[in-house]
Amino acid sequence: MKRIRVALAGNPNSGKSSIFNMLTGAHQHVGNYPGVTVEKKEGLCTYDGCQIEIIDLPGTYSLTAYSTEELIARDYVLDETPDVVVDVVDASNLERNLYLATQLIEMNVPLVLAFNMSDLAKRRGIEFDLEQLGRLLEARIVPTVGNKAQGREPLLEAIVATARQAETPRVHRLSYGGEIEEELAKIEAVVAAQNVDWIPRSGLRWVAIKLLEQDDAVTAKAGQGDIREAVTRSVEHLRGIFGDEPEIVMADRRYGFISGACQETIASSVERRHDVSDTIDALVTNRVLGLPIFLFLMYAVFWLTFTLGEYPMMALEWLFEWAGATVAGFWPPGSDSWVKSLLIDGILGGVGGVVVFLPNILLLFLAIAILEDSGYMARAAFVMDRIMHKIGLHGKSFIPMLIGFGCSVPAIMATRILENRRSRFTTIMVIPLMSCGARLTIYALIIPAFFPHQWRGPVMWLIYLIGIVLAVICAKVLRLTIFRGETMPFVMELPPYRMPTLKSVLIHMWQRGWMFLKKAGTVILGISVVLWALASFPKPSDEALVGLNEEQAHQVMLEHSIIGRVGRVIEPVIRPLGFDWKVGTALIGATAAKEVFVSQLGIVYAVGSEQGGAEVLRRKLQADYTPLVGFCIMLFCLISAPCVGTVAMTRQETNSWRWATFQFLALTGLAYGITFLVYQIGSLWA
Amino acid sequence: MIEETFMQDQQVRPLSTTQAGDCVRVVGIDAGRGLNSRLAAMGLVASTELRVVSNGHPGPFVLIVKDAKVVLGRGVAQKIMVR
Repeated sequence: MKRIRVALAGNPNSGKSSIFNMLTGAHQHVGNYPGVTVEKKEGLCTYDGCQIEIIDLPGTYSLTAYSTEELIARDYVLDETPDVVVDVVDASNLERNLYLATQLIEMNVPLVLAFNMSDLAKRRGIEFDLEQLGRLLEARIVPTVGNKAQGREPLLEAIVATARQAETPRVHRLSYGGEIEEELAKIEAVVAAQNVDWIPRSGLRWVAIKLLEQDDAVTAKAGQGDIREAVTRSVEHLRGIFGDEPEIVMADRRYGFISGACQETIASSVERRHDVSDTIDALVTNRVLGLPIFLFLMYAVFWLTFTLGEYPMMALEWLFEWAGATVAGFWPPGSDSWVKSLLIDGILGGVGGVVVFLPNILLLFLAIAILEDSGYMARAAFVMDRIMHKIGLHGKSFIPMLIGFGCSVPAIMATRILENRRSRFTTIMVIPLMSCGARLTIYALIIPAFFPHQWRGPVMWLIYLIGIVLAVICAKVLRLTIFRGETMPFVMELPPYRMPTLKSVLIHMWQRGWMFLKKAGTVILGISVVLWALASFPKPSDEALVGLNEEQAHQVMLEHSIIGRVGRVIEPVIRPLGFDWKVGTALIGATAAKEVFVSQLGIVYAVGSEQGGAEVLRRKLQADYTPLVGFCIMLFCLISAPCVGTVAMTRQETNSWRWATFQFLALTGLAYGITFLVYQIGSLWA
Repeated sequence: MIEETFMQDQQVRPLSTTQAGDCVRVVGIDAGRGLNSRLAAMGLVASTELRVVSNGHPGPFVLIVKDAKVVLGRGVAQKIMVR
């Protein structure tokens, strides 16, 4: 069976993903390009006796060296030499889309053009002479409607036919006009004479073009010595003639070529009219209405993710309890076999701790897919941009940060919608400061224990507010130091609104869920089992447990374990914060998940977990600590070490342990510092 | 009087000074190589026609270039010279 490698290129919003889905169906998987956080999508399909491997390159408007996505796309074409490149083009917006095609043509790749959204073009009254255009561009052109899966067979036909035909040199060359062509010829001659060993399949002319454009990547590879001198001379000569950089003039000539080709082959009967998209935009980006509409939609997303997510969560909890009971059934009741504990508390507990995030993640990405596919996301980014810009973040950062109030794990994964690496990393670092749902269980325990009725609401608001203010400050600091750099100048396309298709939304959702399970999920499971071990061993001798009831027995076992011992050891360190070893032990346990703080504290105080247990625990806490300490506990939990899930997700999204560790240590350090100050200063009053 | 309005229409000015509904042509872009390249890839090169949809007072700076809708930041709009 013949193998054909195909690369899919195209503008963002050209419907490239839908073409990819149309060709590969369920046979695709998502990963990362090595060393960067750009997504790599690969898939498979078979046709006419050939096995076709398809890689979906990042969507780009051109192939310069100015952005990571463009370099990745370009390097793939240069280095991996795919058999066919399919350029997915938005047929209703052809001229701009063909700019990328001209660059691919210059790279001498066997090209197929998919004129996507051809239904929209037809509705706009645009007619193409595809044969003539195909001849001018020397590429087979296939009309498609990606989101209705129309055009699949003809496209595959074109791909296979192109792969099978022998490579012939192009007849129609894109000419840049007399002066530039002269300089290109000179540069080509010098490069040929130098015998540079890096000449990609794209050929000498392409290298000369890039050198003349002063492309950073190509210049680094081939622009040394004599070549550099020749290029500098040519550039200066052309600057003199045109009063502009050659790069700009060449861009202009490309559009000239496109314009010429289109004029010959395209008949358009209507002017671009004011359409539905424009009406919606008038509302949605309206200075007065835009923000409330956005906030309403955000509320809807939040509701969908967390409120609706409750049901599957409860079902999963029930499922795991049932599984736990079934496994426990293999041992006689009351047995304290460590294997049983490993299976139920360690592994099953760990897996449960992973799967519990799944409903939220799936629902969140369902919502995000709908927002992105419909085209609203671009408008949202823009509505929030003015405010977020002041903190040095992107408009789109708002969404992950909002989700962070529910749970950091899906929130950090949601930062995928941010393209700018620095904004994205900054957002990831500060998301844990958005007080999440798990911490709420801690507040629910502590606040009623220490504060009278009328103060309870305000105290909780205060904690949330502190979190937000800290997040803003930290984001600002990060953007001025580690993640310093200009945010890209604001130039963004507003795609026309489209109805998202169920198929693409579901595929998107499924991919994210699977990615979570494979990457973050395994890390969470691993660390959970380790934590279980630390809390279970070493076990106290049987004599130590004589005569104790269940709660007291648990208390002794915890004190005896590694976590219990570490809790005692760090006591002197946390004393200045007003904490003792009991709080310390509970805090360590809370790294598994914040709500574990409550149950660990319960064990430490030998309070059972049945009804009324919370009240008993509160009374014990009141006896041991002051309201100031209570507040400090909540403050510390707010800021400090994110839970295992968060760490795992940060690692997944930043592709490195380094950043996850940094986040963990920095937040813990910050928590220590602030709680220290608050406790010490507060003690002066008390 | 008529001459003055004629001159006004032909005057080269920054895109940021245009009004919603204006149709203008790009004359030149006063920006670094990176931004220039990005704008070019979006269709903004010399002699391209632009139709201003909204000019930022209030709201975003939105224009139509080569059949696509594009949003520009204020700073960017100031660097594009049109006529």
